[in-house]
Amino acid sequence: MTLHIDIPEENLASILAKAFRNRSFLAGFVIAALVAAIAIVSFFWTPYDVTKLIVADRTQAPSLAHWFGTDHFGRDILSMIMVGARNSIAVALVAVGIGMGVGVPLGAFAAARGGLVDEALMRLNDLVFAFPALLSAIMITAIFGPGAINAIIAIGIFNIPVFARVARAGALAIWPREFILAARAAGKGKTLITIEHVLPNIVTLLLVQGTIQFALGILAEAGLSYVGLGTQPPMPSWGRMLFDAQTRMVVAPWMAIFPGMAIVITVLGLNLLGDGIADILDPRSRRQR
Amino acid sequence: MTAYLLKRLAIAVATLVLASMVVFAVLEIIPGDPARLMLGMNASADQVELLRNQMGLNAPLAWRYLHWAGGLMSLDFGRSYTYSVPVIDLVRERVVVSLPLALIALALSTLIAIPVGLFSAGRHGRASDTVAMGAAQLGVAVPNFWFALMLIYLFAVWLRLVPAGGFPGWGAGVWPALKSLVLPAIALALPQAAILARVTRSALIEVLNEDYIRTARAKGLPYRAVLWRHALRNAMIPVLTILGLQFAFLLAGTIIIENVFYLPGLGRLVFQAITQRDLIVVESVVMLLVAAVIIVNLLVDLSYAVVDPRLRSRP
Repeated sequence: MTLHIDIPEENLASILAKAFRNRSFLAGFVIAALVAAIAIVSFFWTPYDVTKLIVADRTQAPSLAHWFGTDHFGRDILSMIMVGARNSIAVALVAVGIGMGVGVPLGAFAAARGGLVDEALMRLNDLVFAFPALLSAIMITAIFGPGAINAIIAIGIFNIPVFARVARAGALAIWPREFILAARAAGKGKTLITIEHVLPNIVTLLLVQGTIQFALGILAEAGLSYVGLGTQPPMPSWGRMLFDAQTRMVVAPWMAIFPGMAIVITVLGLNLLGDGIADILDPRSRRQR
Repeated sequence: MTAYLLKRLAIAVATLVLASMVVFAVLEIIPGDPARLMLGMNASADQVELLRNQMGLNAPLAWRYLHWAGGLMSLDFGRSYTYSVPVIDLVRERVVVSLPLALIALALSTLIAIPVGLFSAGRHGRASDTVAMGAAQLGVAVPNFWFALMLIYLFAVWLRLVPAGGFPGWGAGVWPALKSLVLPAIALALPQAAILARVTRSALIEVLNEDYIRTARAKGLPYRAVLWRHALRNAMIPVLTILGLQFAFLLAGTIIIENVFYLPGLGRLVFQAITQRDLIVVESVVMLLVAAVIIVNLLVDLSYAVVDPRLRSRP
């Protein structure tokens, strides 16, 4: 069985060589790797224990002992940002997983069947699209109460139509190709063709969309936690830290500045990475957002 | 043209009906009895039953849905469980804050994004394009509520130019009211403008590579005229699509930003309603916002036909 992957015809070495010449990819990769490394390190070591409240150390300005200062409970902001990275990545990653896991099969199926099935699935997409993640989160919270799991579900649900659209559009462009015709002539069914020939050819598109949704997921999680619908204390999360900072802007601006910068840098890194991947694998592609 | 419009209209109506069913179903599965909630724990079972009958809670499911949906169409959302006033009155008080905020932000982001997109596309590949798009890349990554906090710190705490939050109400005069919406609108608009500028630029660059642009240049039209008259018009479709999608994000953003600035808008209403378990208010506001998203996207679909004459002749 041979797979027909016709976009990256070069070997891995030449793709890597291209990747190292692409500034956007390099910058994005370094930032994303750094954030991931920080999140992993936080499992084993943080400068201070984020579960210990030391009231004597509360709202201290940045210093050598506390690089990013401390919060109103005396917790070290740097340590909280490190643990928060773990939380942001986990929520966004699972939400992308839900979106891809449900959306891609739906989109590919719609493209393969066409006709009424396609129309029905796309209308269902329109329906989900009418509920921005925040609105689904509000409804889910109204039923089950707030929490990180509900934030994941809300962001994940919103990701489903996004991936369904990308997968469908990508698959529709692949179906009229000659190698699909050859596969059909060989007697392969639509499901098998989708798995063996269509999906491998839209992996690039999905990868690029995946990094975009990952970045958006981190923004969405921060927003939900900020308004109290996402991750709940005492688990540190970037959005929640900003909520705590809000009423203390005058006395402790560092409580707001550093978690916000963590979000900006992470999202920026992921977006650069997505741009870079799109450039390397398909120079003609333009990001659609 | 008529067929196209009718199809879009039918899709919008169908989506609206399905969305209302989803919202209604959500309220149905929520545990807890609204009648019990309104009367408190000390009320007798008979009293609760009486109120349940009055509120129509004992009627069959389909009948209740139709009753509720029919009410929506005449803007009757029912009564708030906690305030005991019609939900529409609560909404009416708040919408005069949220809607102007969203509209100002939308106007602001468009006014920033289109010129930046035009500028960047016109200087495609030059240093000024790189700088502008670098700024846009950064803008896309900034969460609007964090940006809002930074704006408060800079303009309200340090420079004391504008109030840090709160809303005097339109009764206090247009200028004081607008003044308290300035920072929230900027906070909402800039990240959106960054996205829109990127889309405008890439749509324009795509169009500028077309043959008819070369023809227009070859017949001696100045570059500026080609950019505005030919390129921008043809690049409008992706730009409009993103504008429609952004409206949904703006509404969601408004809900969050209102919490940063303590603005008494729909966002504050919905969060108060969640903590008070005033579910009919939650449901009504969500339904209203979903309807707004669907209607705006319908308008975008219709505007395609205005912008692109080819769509008008297509069946």
